[in-house]
Amino acid sequence: MALLQISEPGQSPDPHTRRIAIGIDLGTTHSLVAAVRNGVAECLPDGNGQVLLPSAVRYIDAQRRQIGQDALAQQSADPANTIVSVKRLMGRGLADVVDAQHLPYTLIDAPGMVKVHTVAGEKSPVEVSAEILATLRFRAEDSFDDDIFGAVITVPAYFDDAQRQATKDAAQLAGLQVLRLINEPTAAAIAYGLDNASEGVYAVYDLGGGTFDISILRLSAGVFEVLATGGDSALGGDDYDRALADAMLAGSGLHATSLQDQALLLAAARACKQSLSESESASFSVALAAGQIAQMLTRTEFEAITAALTARTMQAVRKVLRDARLQTADVAGIVLVGGSTRMPQIRHAVGDFFGQAPLTNLNPDEVVALGAAIQANQLAGNNLAGSLLLLDVVPLSLGIETMGGLVERIVPRNQTIPTAMAQDFTTYQDGQTALALHVVQGERDLVADCRSLARFTLRGIPPMVAGAARIRVTFTVDADGLLQVRAREQNSGVEAHIDVKPSYGLSDDQIATMLQDSFSTAQGDMRERALREARLDAQRLVLAIRSAMQADADLLAPAELAVIEAAILVLQASAQGEDPATIEADSKTLAQATEAFAAQRMNRGIAKALSGRNIATL
Amino acid sequence: MNLQSTDFELFGLPTQFAQAPSLLQERWKALQAQAHPDNFAAQGSAAQRLAMQWSVRINEAYQRLKNPLQRAAYLCELHGAPIQAHSNTAMAPEFLMQQIEWREALDEAATEPALDALAASVDLAQSTLLARCAELLDTQGDYAAAVPVVRSLLFIDKFRHDLDARFDALR
Repeated sequence: MALLQISEPGQSPDPHTRRIAIGIDLGTTHSLVAAVRNGVAECLPDGNGQVLLPSAVRYIDAQRRQIGQDALAQQSADPANTIVSVKRLMGRGLADVVDAQHLPYTLIDAPGMVKVHTVAGEKSPVEVSAEILATLRFRAEDSFDDDIFGAVITVPAYFDDAQRQATKDAAQLAGLQVLRLINEPTAAAIAYGLDNASEGVYAVYDLGGGTFDISILRLSAGVFEVLATGGDSALGGDDYDRALADAMLAGSGLHATSLQDQALLLAAARACKQSLSESESASFSVALAAGQIAQMLTRTEFEAITAALTARTMQAVRKVLRDARLQTADVAGIVLVGGSTRMPQIRHAVGDFFGQAPLTNLNPDEVVALGAAIQANQLAGNNLAGSLLLLDVVPLSLGIETMGGLVERIVPRNQTIPTAMAQDFTTYQDGQTALALHVVQGERDLVADCRSLARFTLRGIPPMVAGAARIRVTFTVDADGLLQVRAREQNSGVEAHIDVKPSYGLSDDQIATMLQDSFSTAQGDMRERALREARLDAQRLVLAIRSAMQADADLLAPAELAVIEAAILVLQASAQGEDPATIEADSKTLAQATEAFAAQRMNRGIAKALSGRNIATL
Repeated sequence: MNLQSTDFELFGLPTQFAQAPSLLQERWKALQAQAHPDNFAAQGSAAQRLAMQWSVRINEAYQRLKNPLQRAAYLCELHGAPIQAHSNTAMAPEFLMQQIEWREALDEAATEPALDALAASVDLAQSTLLARCAELLDTQGDYAAAVPVVRSLLFIDKFRHDLDARFDALR
């Protein structure tokens, strides 16, 4: 645990005080944490010098757990309590989990999201992921001997709203402030874009342990723009292991029925696969309960066994290029991400398709975490001179159910976010006073083929003849890609809205309870922690407002200035006190007092952006 | 300048159909560089909410301005000649005949070259109508006359979408 460092309120109010912000690649197979140190992004190693943390959590009993390499080492001996590839389960119901019967641990169907049965009880994938995130958080705190201001966490471009929300919840459970969720390929592009100063259209081919993403990005003048994304959220290096394991088992005539045998088989397949990336042949050997398999395998044989998987990735590459309306010749370079892209067959397939060798000069395992760290550093306000701006897109279309189980798309796929889009609907019965809204996500036309995100009802519509009501449904997607839906009857003004949380529905109260129960706070005093955070937040707010007042003092009327100054004094006084709730309330009052000022500053910023351009183009 | 300004005012561009895509994109990025919520991640929720409103408004305007069809429809609306795509579907008979022919050709096209040929004739019709739009909107200032042309373009846009779906199905 890092030492607690509390800056005294009022002390060293330097707006350029450095905040430690980290980038986390929360992967299916392994996870990493990186940070910008002395202007350079680097991955942070653990005490043993290891950068990769296997995404594995083993529950030993109700209290104890192992995380990472320690957990993985016990996987063969205790497969049922060793949770690997938990990312595949995030925000997923049992019906969504591909190959659930192949998993070495037991899944339990629960509303909205599956749970895993362990000796420590039923664990939600959010809780398991939080263990991994907390481990990385502690690693970062130890590295810097300081508190972490916030984190940028990466998710596959294909993650839908429920999966993104689950990732955010896991971070909160781990005691991390999420500055932003960003798409993994986008993070890779950030790492390459800044390090190599490359401009043009790029393809990012990311074959990780459990997911495949292909993204087409345009990089120019500090702006990363995602043109199109595609892929397969259930295809990755694990599938190559499984295909090899299945083939070797079939060839041997043996059976592997126990969970332990299956775990051993997969481990042997993985080792063999990794050797074949380095050499032309390798041995596959495993001792199962029914007998021994020991066989030499050539790279060509391995490639034949797994050719269908590689072909599936290339199919997705073709589709996403078509989505972006581009030819292979338009692509200036291809970035490879993910440990699985070390397989020579992947490099050849990608190189042949695009007619050029892919970029591989950054470590494919680290590139996503490095990009996230650069973005985190920027968001924490450490890089004021930087002009990095990340413009992302909605990965999957969002819409609502209409008559006959059809989907009416409201926000199309690949729309730049943040965005708000609206559509008008009406009643279909005379005197109808309520309208049920079903929010779905996906590209298919039938509701049954899309993912259900949320349901809510607009009530209190005044009785009218069918078709007379005008109900405007507005979808708002924020910069993290999270959705809010609002429905409003235009004539009467009745309104209903919902923040789309996945239907497993962790309420804020539940999260607070889980937080209290969790490892992240078990050692510390909850109240002390809350007080510390409230003071830090108050200090940051005052700093931000002071620097805004300095920059745009002329926008403030004397009376307004007096109100703000008074609110600052009140807050500074309560920050000396011991009550977190009072500090938070006073922070809120101060924030409200500056809202009009902030609005005027924003208008000035926009006008400035335009006038600058006008002069430049005149 | 406020959230209610027109797309053209917001982007500091003349209120007309002809627009240079590169200039549009440049303005969009300049505006987002000012307003994107990421710039305010460290400044509290009020500032972020405000930034979000601006950022959303800028994206909305950009989507509308960069698409020639939407831009034309928006110009008509600004000048008191709404398109009313849903309530008014009256079309010229010869245009409807052509639509029927295209639909039949789409149903019969079984190969990529056949679809390519169809796509070429659709694209030609589209660019002809867009040129007509530019003439009516920018040179003659006859917004009411541009409305039926925009409606025809909406039909073509929908057909082009179905055509792309067929390309996907073939591959």
